Amino acid sequence: MVADYVEWLRREGRIVIVGASLAGLRAAETLRAEGFAGELTLVGDEPHEPYDRPPLSKAVLLGKASPHHTELPHRREIDAKWRLGVAATGLDLTAKRVRLADGDEVEYDRLLIATGVRARPWPKEEEARLDGVCLLRTREDAADLYRRLRAGPRRVFVIGAGFAGSEVASACREMNLPVTVAERAGAPLVGALGGVVGAVAADLQTENGVDLRTHVTVTALVGDAVGRVRAVHLSDESVVEADVVVVSLGSLRNTEWLTGSGLGAGPRGIACDAGCRAFDFRGIVTDDVFVAGDVARSPHALFGYQFLSLEHWGNAVAQAETAAHNMICHGADRRPHLWMPAFWSSMFGVNIKSVGVPPMGEQLMITQGSLAERRFVGVYGYQGRVVAAVSFDNTRWLEFYRGQIERGAPFPVEYPTVDRRPEGRRPVPAGFPDPSLPTHGPMVTLSGYSPADQQLVFHPARH
Amino acid sequence: MRLVVDLNKCQGYAQCAFLAPDVFAMHGEEALIYDPRADEEQRERVARAVAACPVQAITADGLDRTGGVREASDGR
Repeated sequence: MVADYVEWLRREGRIVIVGASLAGLRAAETLRAEGFAGELTLVGDEPHEPYDRPPLSKAVLLGKASPHHTELPHRREIDAKWRLGVAATGLDLTAKRVRLADGDEVEYDRLLIATGVRARPWPKEEEARLDGVCLLRTREDAADLYRRLRAGPRRVFVIGAGFAGSEVASACREMNLPVTVAERAGAPLVGALGGVVGAVAADLQTENGVDLRTHVTVTALVGDAVGRVRAVHLSDESVVEADVVVVSLGSLRNTEWLTGSGLGAGPRGIACDAGCRAFDFRGIVTDDVFVAGDVARSPHALFGYQFLSLEHWGNAVAQAETAAHNMICHGADRRPHLWMPAFWSSMFGVNIKSVGVPPMGEQLMITQGSLAERRFVGVYGYQGRVVAAVSFDNTRWLEFYRGQIERGAPFPVEYPTVDRRPEGRRPVPAGFPDPSLPTHGPMVTLSGYSPADQQLVFHPARH
Repeated sequence: MRLVVDLNKCQGYAQCAFLAPDVFAMHGEEALIYDPRADEEQRERVARAVAACPVQAITADGLDRTGGVREASDGR
């Protein structure tokens, strides 16, 4: 019976993919590559065919690529119906229908959700509307920011020194623009790589002429008489004059459209099992709804089955391939999504790459090279195991450490390594911020008086 | 033509930057910057770069990589 259903689905079923970016496209290609012959629909809120985002904060801002031409190459024909420029606004799990912003509805037999994330806007709406206050996520954002940088602003102000903010600051310095970066933590990249490596990133910024302000927050953006941003007020009571402000405060997951659908979706993403099948809010796995990419949150066997949300390019590709495979095969042929987390960035001419999950690390050992030279490998340890590694201009070693993570190799690292320096003989605290900061996660409460009428009630949190 | 480089795979061997310098360039010692929309006249050079990449990190429109392991291995 079930086998018949899968055969029927593969032959003439209807698959809808919501989200037409990297994950959506690669899933569509995988479905066709693995023999799905039914009807395929891709829904995307942006009016463009799938394009690549990493170049937007690097090659585009450096003038080496056009913001309007980063469309992804296709690996194969996907023969899909494209619904671009129209967002999905609702999901009816019972009727198996996706509602669209133009009032249309699309029916599916199996659904893949790959709606990704968007840039977190500046929270004060009036200030966010000032001319010159920019975000960087879409290609329109990149085109707008590039145009403003080319116009030669007196000073650029970047709020937030994560990877995106640091890459923007790096591009500004290459264009010889004065730039100030404000960061709430003690250094750039602290959330992703910890304080020890963050201190190296801080030195990189200041040596390259960035006016880096740490342990501060932005309290207000001030505009002039015609509504252009003019100055930035900081929590240390200083004021910085700037005519371009780049808000780089991370991202928000695009899950609002699923509110009330019954899926386990909220600000932290959509929870799914290792096979990419979405959970409903009761924690029960669904049969016909799959998730992939930035919006997914899935358990990873190598990291204590913790639910990981990974806003990584490589995760979007790998999870899309696994989800697509699992959507059209029998249960026993399904694969778990066991991708080794990995990402890259480059700033101030330094290539930064990582494997594993650095924020899980309690301790850090510099096993090769040296922090002072900005050329090193750092290994993160958690409860006696290697859980991650980071490299600055030393990427060729990462494959080795990836194998160490996969094998659960012991930490501290006992074996000798090439180019080990005295500073790398023993581990130091990795310096991640206290995770007990306030969060705004969704809540689930139990209601009812007896076990017979007990119900779970889901309270979606506001983003 | 469109192209994309999997920079998780890229290890900065710079073969592409030698073979198609108008499309690929090293930025610093190890980081790669590239134009995702190369001119059609670059096709021949990009094809050589795709083939020469030691870690097969480049995907380009209409160019098969020699390894050809793009599709899932158990695809039916």
